[in-house]
Amino acid sequence: MTQHEHHHAHGHDDGHHHGGHIEHSPPAHHSMKNGIWAWMSGWLFTTNHKDIGTLYMLMSLLMLFVGGAMALLIRLQLFQPGAQYFDPNFYNILVTVHGLIMIFGVIMPAFVGLANWMIPMMIGAPDMALPRLNNWSFWLLPFAFTLLISSLFVAGGGPNFGWTMYAPLSSTYGPPSTDYLIVAIHMMGISSVLGAINIIATIINLRAPGMTWMKMPLFVWSWFITAFLLIGAMPVLAGVVTMVLFDRHFGTSFFEAAGGGDPVMFQHLFWFFGHPEVYIMILPAFGIISEVIPTFSRKKLFGYEFMVGAVAAIAFLSYIVWGHHMFTAGMAVGTQLYFMYVTMLIAVPTGIKVFNWVGTMWRGSLSFETPMLFAIAFVVLFTIGGFSGLMLAIVPADYQYQDTYFVVAHFHYVLVAGALLSIFCAVYYWLPKWTGRYYNETLGQWHFWLTLIGVNLTFFPMHFLGLAGMPRRITDYAPQFTEFNMVCTVGAFILGFSQLLFLYNVLSTMFGKGKEADSRVWEASHGLEWTLTSPPPYHSFSTPPDLREITHEVDEKYVHE
Amino acid sequence: MSNQKSHRKIFIIGGTVGLIMFAFAFAMVPLYGLICKRAGLNSTAANNGLLSSVSAETKEPADLTRTVKVQFVAVNHNGMPWEFFPRTKEIVVHPGENNKIFFFAKNTTEKTMSVQAIPSMTPTEALTHFHKIECFCFTQQTLNGRASKEMPMIFRIDKDLPKEIHVITLAYTLFDTTPKETRKG
Repeated sequence: MTQHEHHHAHGHDDGHHHGGHIEHSPPAHHSMKNGIWAWMSGWLFTTNHKDIGTLYMLMSLLMLFVGGAMALLIRLQLFQPGAQYFDPNFYNILVTVHGLIMIFGVIMPAFVGLANWMIPMMIGAPDMALPRLNNWSFWLLPFAFTLLISSLFVAGGGPNFGWTMYAPLSSTYGPPSTDYLIVAIHMMGISSVLGAINIIATIINLRAPGMTWMKMPLFVWSWFITAFLLIGAMPVLAGVVTMVLFDRHFGTSFFEAAGGGDPVMFQHLFWFFGHPEVYIMILPAFGIISEVIPTFSRKKLFGYEFMVGAVAAIAFLSYIVWGHHMFTAGMAVGTQLYFMYVTMLIAVPTGIKVFNWVGTMWRGSLSFETPMLFAIAFVVLFTIGGFSGLMLAIVPADYQYQDTYFVVAHFHYVLVAGALLSIFCAVYYWLPKWTGRYYNETLGQWHFWLTLIGVNLTFFPMHFLGLAGMPRRITDYAPQFTEFNMVCTVGAFILGFSQLLFLYNVLSTMFGKGKEADSRVWEASHGLEWTLTSPPPYHSFSTPPDLREITHEVDEKYVHE
Repeated sequence: MSNQKSHRKIFIIGGTVGLIMFAFAFAMVPLYGLICKRAGLNSTAANNGLLSSVSAETKEPADLTRTVKVQFVAVNHNGMPWEFFPRTKEIVVHPGENNKIFFFAKNTTEKTMSVQAIPSMTPTEALTHFHKIECFCFTQQTLNGRASKEMPMIFRIDKDLPKEIHVITLAYTLFDTTPKETRKG
């Protein structure tokens, strides 16, 4: 198949018949002028990587507000002691569903959306390798989340055992809605694995001539490695929730001690998935930051080869450290020591990354547009989250911190101040490319500073609460924790409501407000995506770009030292 | 450029790896027990000693200079409707002698039920020195509705028991193992 036949086969007969000829008329479903049916079927059956990327991002944005509203309810309940607003079971449901939605509904779809939008454009491909599969990967998700959220409204209430779904809380004692959750996780798992296969096929097969492995942008590299983590880890989660389903309904005893099973095995299997999962949620963030910092430092990324190696090393280590989540679950001393040492080893490649980001900024000609602000905040705050992770890796210390707010502080620093901030960073960075218009910079800066203050006000005091002994996942607490909890709640509301600025800024840019952007967008932008117009043509590169010419032009933008 | 064949190859390889990892989760069920037993990693492996019998014969006489207090605890697993308690709450024994005590169990329901008692011991250092010669916990116990039973346990503590151990607590948790079909009927 030639390239444009390839497009043709994917159902877009909307004027892109001639390779190389850029057509500016948007496809029929991009506006409602062609009728609601054309609009709906267009989005439903689209196989275009940009459309699907947009769908992923919009779903993630919607889920951010759903999960965020739950977080605000949690913080409302914890504003002062006494479980003032709702009963403990509903609180547990909120904690569980908040976690699941934020992980599977916000962070992961946002990264997959970014991958869909950017990877074909960054490697000089016309589209993803398997476009129909891509469509299916996305459209599984709205159904999965409808199922998950509807579990809140069935008799017996939603899942209430924490996002980790530990057996026997989910098997023997789980409410009926647990089955909704299990099927939803199966759907998300299938979606993620298919998406990952698609990304791997795209990166291996559709790179433009001259785009060798070690010329690939770091975002592409980090997603290439993340895709392998997804294929390796998500099926294990699917397997373990299938076992829970069997234990619940088919009389098996995978996790039932009375029948010869072992509930601790649930934890081993869950965290064998769970630890690669946390890197699935941070490696693409590393990729984003590695794209943004060089642009606004007007330098090349410092130590490119080491950055690639560090991502690969972190991904490898992520498979062999799961035991650090279960030090107190009953584990031999030798095993604890092994998990402690390999966990601490992760600090080495992570340290390389932080060092190289700082090295990229060193003596750079920095400017502080919104994406750069988010990138710098990411480096600083993610490092704080990394350090608290090191503290948690130390076995005797972990015996103290286990199941306290210190853990909550740690993973919110890496997931909110890390992953979520990197997604904001990416959206601000590439939004002018996607829409052809700059977002409102003033609003962007307001959003950044309010988010920064909100994040730290919400999550920093949680370190102190945890060290002082406040357990996590409780609806009521001892009065000595009141002041810090009040600070956390105030911070959470600042953080939550400042996201409305982001919503407005993104939507108004999407719908045509803002200054028009040229194809380069940023002064020192680098890479193939910036050689396309803003917004880019519906099919990115109908003829593969000649990388040698473009690379030469890009290189001139940089000061070489 | 776009090569459908190699896309398919990657799809098949990726999908197969996914399926293998799914199967891997289930393969962990036998492997998990095997690894723990081989490496002696888990205390459940040591606990298995509590579930197997030893010979009643002892060649050497009991160590009458030393006494150890053994306490018995009975717990019903969540939702178990049986009456279950030790006839002897605690007993003072000499290391090396055989002792016999009874647990009482009564099925308070109308239906025939099977149960399994799962032991656990503190301190765990005593695990390898506490030998059961006969125990109701070796097998599943089945009682008709409203029936009751005195269940014997014969045990011996060996003379190598560390000197600092003076009290041993043996707890049994009673689990319902009635097959699901009969449970419903």
